[in-house]
Amino acid sequence: MFEVRIHGRGGQGVVTAAEMLSVAAFLEGKHAQAFPSFGSERTGAPVVAFCRISDREIRLREPIQNPDALIVQDPTLFKALDVTEGLKPDGYFIVNTARSLSEMHLDEIVQRLPAGHALTVPATELAMKFINRPAPNTALLGAFAAEVGAVSLDSVLEAIRRAFPGKVGEANVEAAKAAHALIAAKAAA
Amino acid sequence: MLHQIEGSKAMARTIALCRPQVVCAYPITPQTHIVEGVGELIRVGELDDCEFINVESEFAALSVAIGASAAGARAYTATASQGLLFMAEAVYNAAGLGLPIVMTLGNRAIGAPINIWNDHSDAMALRESGWIQLFAESNQEAADLHIVAFRLAEELSVPTMVCVDGFILTHAVERIDVPDQAAVDAFLPPYEPMQSLDPADPISIGAMVGPDAFTEVRYLQYFKQHTALTLIEKLAAEFEQRFGRQAGGLLRTYEAEGAETLIVAMGSINGTIKDVIDEMRADGIAIGLVTLVAFRPFPADALREALARARDVVVIDRAIDVGMGGPLASNIAIALRELPDPPAMHSAIVGLGGRPTSKASLHRLFRQAAIQPWEGPHFLDLNERVVARELHRRGKTRRVGPAAEGILKELEKERVEKLAERTS
Repeated sequence: MFEVRIHGRGGQGVVTAAEMLSVAAFLEGKHAQAFPSFGSERTGAPVVAFCRISDREIRLREPIQNPDALIVQDPTLFKALDVTEGLKPDGYFIVNTARSLSEMHLDEIVQRLPAGHALTVPATELAMKFINRPAPNTALLGAFAAEVGAVSLDSVLEAIRRAFPGKVGEANVEAAKAAHALIAAKAAA
Repeated sequence: MLHQIEGSKAMARTIALCRPQVVCAYPITPQTHIVEGVGELIRVGELDDCEFINVESEFAALSVAIGASAAGARAYTATASQGLLFMAEAVYNAAGLGLPIVMTLGNRAIGAPINIWNDHSDAMALRESGWIQLFAESNQEAADLHIVAFRLAEELSVPTMVCVDGFILTHAVERIDVPDQAAVDAFLPPYEPMQSLDPADPISIGAMVGPDAFTEVRYLQYFKQHTALTLIEKLAAEFEQRFGRQAGGLLRTYEAEGAETLIVAMGSINGTIKDVIDEMRADGIAIGLVTLVAFRPFPADALREALARARDVVVIDRAIDVGMGGPLASNIAIALRELPDPPAMHSAIVGLGGRPTSKASLHRLFRQAAIQPWEGPHFLDLNERVVARELHRRGKTRRVGPAAEGILKELEKERVEKLAERTS
């Protein structure tokens, strides 16, 4: 079982991101379970969503406490709460920011994880460029596919198209592709 | 066909496949997505010959369903929490009149204190209303149970409630098989009412009944619920044969063979419990599970048989009857007392008002039941420190103020203290 926790703020598509990730896994014949943190959602409030991916039926219903991967859609959350709580020692850590993890004062987390498991993506900038909206979720999923590989980029792109049919979907696909290329290039360097 | 969709959407599509003719509901979290979904299918014409009636309250929603059902239509509605309470009078009326309405209950806590999250307080509050109550373990079963519910309700002319854990199931996106129309049609024939209002053949429904006949009318209701015990088993077998998967039935067992400790639970918590049981079995602990699907009618005989050979039985209640204890535990205690050598029963109150239930807490609970049993209901993960402080504060003065605000203040104090400990 591979468990992903996504942190963000209301309005950033956190819940949709978890759902799209689950659809990507479903398209690969896997079982997947996406669910939100069930708060009284409002724009700007911290939001958490979860996604489990498994080859077997998923029966577990507890919130994900020890994620294999953590996606942080809003870097201002580090000041508000301990988003890295419970992250597995060999987990992945993906942050939406145009700055480096050092500049974000996140070196301590980088050192805790295996080399290359912590990275940043300028997802909001990519979203503004391709979608013209500060919705970083699809770019982050592209980065996730490049870095973590629990689902393929093709599956992520198809999941995005299913969530957002038409022009909006294609713009989001471009954002995801760009983020994927950025991370893949970093890994190759 | 397999879909990766929200539980509510899968339920809406499956309900539409049951060809309801009148759907009326008033929005209340967390069931709203279900009726919105059904409404959408009517609007786009996927569900035809069905009228979606907008109403001004839950009381109106069920009242309209009662009228529609009395006129011979297959009627459906959904609600949750305070919504169910607001329609309470109509809930009893639907049952007393014997109208086979199907209602989804997106299980949610009841206020005060106001709380939108999941537990079983709403279903438990109206457990004596005369409706059949079936609890879904997964989203697949939540969808499938509606097909069973319409058939069951209509064969007996008894209203049936499909209880689905709010948020945990309604808002989870999962792989769910939505059957095709032909398969549903083959299982669920068109509604043929036992009673209906027809100007061409006038009758009255809802006569006043005095002391000379009230007992007899109630006895018929009691008898029908008893009949349902057999029919629920029969329909579960037929469903499995036709659809190739289990849904419904009175109860299901998991790893119960040779189990010294048996857990009894209803609803989505069964999934998490199964994972815990696998882990405990791997540690050599003889533990198993009885998943109760039918709460009303209460399958006392089937439960007695399933639990007879256990040494310990842990009953998980997702609600609390504050003057008595766990409602499910109270019912099971009655079933067990007829056994010559009954297992020791341990009652646990779990996951009230949406508190998540972790595997770790269940591990502790199940182990404790066998080695260090407790008296009365055990409140899982109760914050004893906060409760003790609040009780102490309340002991000192008469004008203590409201309980909810008191606990919230103590919680905040605890949070600040912990923060200070961490930073010092």
